[in-house]
Amino acid sequence: MQTEKNNTPNFLGNFLKKATSSTSNGKLNIPQLIVIGVACLAVLLAPTYLSNYRLNLVITILTSAFFAQCWNLMSGYTGQFSFGHAAFFGLGAYTSSILYVDFGVNPWIGLVCGMAVAGIVAAIIGYLSFHYNLKGDYFALATMAFCEIFRVIFKNTDFLHGASGVSIKFSKDIGLMQFGSKAGFMYAAFVLLALLTFGMYKIRRTKMGLYFVAIRENEDAAKALGINAFKYKMIALIASAMFSAVAGTFYAQYYLYIDPNICFESAVSVSSITPCIIGGVGTVFGPIIGAAILEPISEFTNAALSNFVGLNMVVYGLILVVVIMVMPKGLIGLVQDLKVKFMKKKKDKKSKSPVEAEG
Amino acid sequence: MNAFLQASIDGILMGGVYALAALGISLIFGVMKITNFAHGALITVGMYVAYEVCTLLNITPYIALPIVMVVMFIIGYFIQKICLNPLMGVAGHNQLLLTQGLAIILENLILVIFSAGYKSVSVPGFDTAIKLGDITINKPKLVAFIFVTVITIGIYVILNKTDLGKAIRATSVQPEGATLMGIVVPRINQIAFGLGIVCAGVAGALLTPTQYIFPTSGNTYSLKCFVIAVFGGLGNIWGAIVAGLIIGAVESFSALYLGGSWSELVVYLIFILTLIIKPTGLLGKKAR
Repeated sequence: MQTEKNNTPNFLGNFLKKATSSTSNGKLNIPQLIVIGVACLAVLLAPTYLSNYRLNLVITILTSAFFAQCWNLMSGYTGQFSFGHAAFFGLGAYTSSILYVDFGVNPWIGLVCGMAVAGIVAAIIGYLSFHYNLKGDYFALATMAFCEIFRVIFKNTDFLHGASGVSIKFSKDIGLMQFGSKAGFMYAAFVLLALLTFGMYKIRRTKMGLYFVAIRENEDAAKALGINAFKYKMIALIASAMFSAVAGTFYAQYYLYIDPNICFESAVSVSSITPCIIGGVGTVFGPIIGAAILEPISEFTNAALSNFVGLNMVVYGLILVVVIMVMPKGLIGLVQDLKVKFMKKKKDKKSKSPVEAEG
Repeated sequence: MNAFLQASIDGILMGGVYALAALGISLIFGVMKITNFAHGALITVGMYVAYEVCTLLNITPYIALPIVMVVMFIIGYFIQKICLNPLMGVAGHNQLLLTQGLAIILENLILVIFSAGYKSVSVPGFDTAIKLGDITINKPKLVAFIFVTVITIGIYVILNKTDLGKAIRATSVQPEGATLMGIVVPRINQIAFGLGIVCAGVAGALLTPTQYIFPTSGNTYSLKCFVIAVFGGLGNIWGAIVAGLIIGAVESFSALYLGGSWSELVVYLIFILTLIIKPTGLLGKKAR
């Protein structure tokens, strides 16, 4: 009965089936590439059909996805749950901004300096945490405490502009890392996200990527197999921190103002986690899907509920809670779980390949 | 010398309130292995409940305490029942994030309901300080400390002298074993979470006479309570009390010698040192 369907839905069905599948070798199939291509095209052409106001939303989605992807590299791949990524974000933002405002250093150089500072701090945090074997909730609390330490330091040091924060002069010079228009910023954010995501996709299929996942799934077993867990956790953390610093610098250059609360609040750390949770932790495209869903909802509720200050954040919290309760593996995990159930119902015994939550 | 004595008294009195809130975190972690990130928000909820009861019935926060305790217990009971029980046994970071989500919801619900303005509770007769020579003792803080002592003893009695306490302790040691002994573990979890939240709420209510109430006023205590709970040994109730008093005193001294804004830094540094040197805490026994 079911095989007598006409061609078009069958093609569509196959397309959907393939597009939502995760092949065991982590390679993308053609339908998936088409979906990605269409999405990229839609973003690249956005300035032609969207107003500046809407472009702002696209930029928010892209930067939020980028920051979430940074967190994903560390916490999603190696399973070390960081609750203090705001620290690296803030260090990136502050390093470039203070170097530019107080010392006249070009923000592009400041960007690299910010990455270096965040990398060094991450190395210290990582050494202390991993050398002394902090795991799970203890690691999360430690990262959170480090982040708070930076907030206190930046808030109370005049040299670092204290509680009043740093304002950056507006210019239209790409040499000063300001891209002139919303469209310019959007392309910059797109390039950043695309590069990092491509890296995430590639690294997943290297030995190092496999080591990361092995550490996530069972660190003791990974160690027993001769994987230097300390080394790979350090690599993931430092890389993640350096990219987070890029996100911070980008934020500072886009909004032209930062202060200790904007940079180091726990809400910032949460904002690096939520898109991953919604899309799927440890998947290549989870953070992007999560950000693409979360940010428009946030934007909409923010505008629609503006009469009730705080109600939009209630919705944000509700989304987080409901997602964790209903689909703890995120959307990607949910789709794959549903497919497994569907397959079982069809008693299709051919599909024995293990379906995992890996985009 | 007087400044030193004054600082230690202030610190220990304040540390008592910290200790009570941290005891809640420790109890919840001890029984369910959940790190409750919503604790700070629930301290704020306690403040607002106390404020509402006080203004509605025109009574002091101290008389309102029983009502606060009942309300907070119900809130905690149902948070565990609805949100956390379904997640028991799932990867730990999901529970962590769920409580963080709850914190966001609670904090902003308060903002929606009560708006961002500062509120305060005045307690007639308690706005003066007791003078002992050169040393002054803040009356509300002293009364809070006494209440903290009473409630801590109450929780000790519940945990150690009642069947319910036995069931809670059994669940904390071995949930599966407890189930086999006929203990309804989900219900015990709900009661334990409720008790933990009562600690947070009472701490909040006891703070109302000494500080302004606003939607994020509990957040200052949030990480501090974790510091204390970990410093004392997560899951260890006496540890939380001792650590609370120590951290209170340390904070007070560092505020005296380094300036108020840096005292937080000292507390967090202690936290990181604890995590590195002895993550099981002051009174912790075995390594994880």
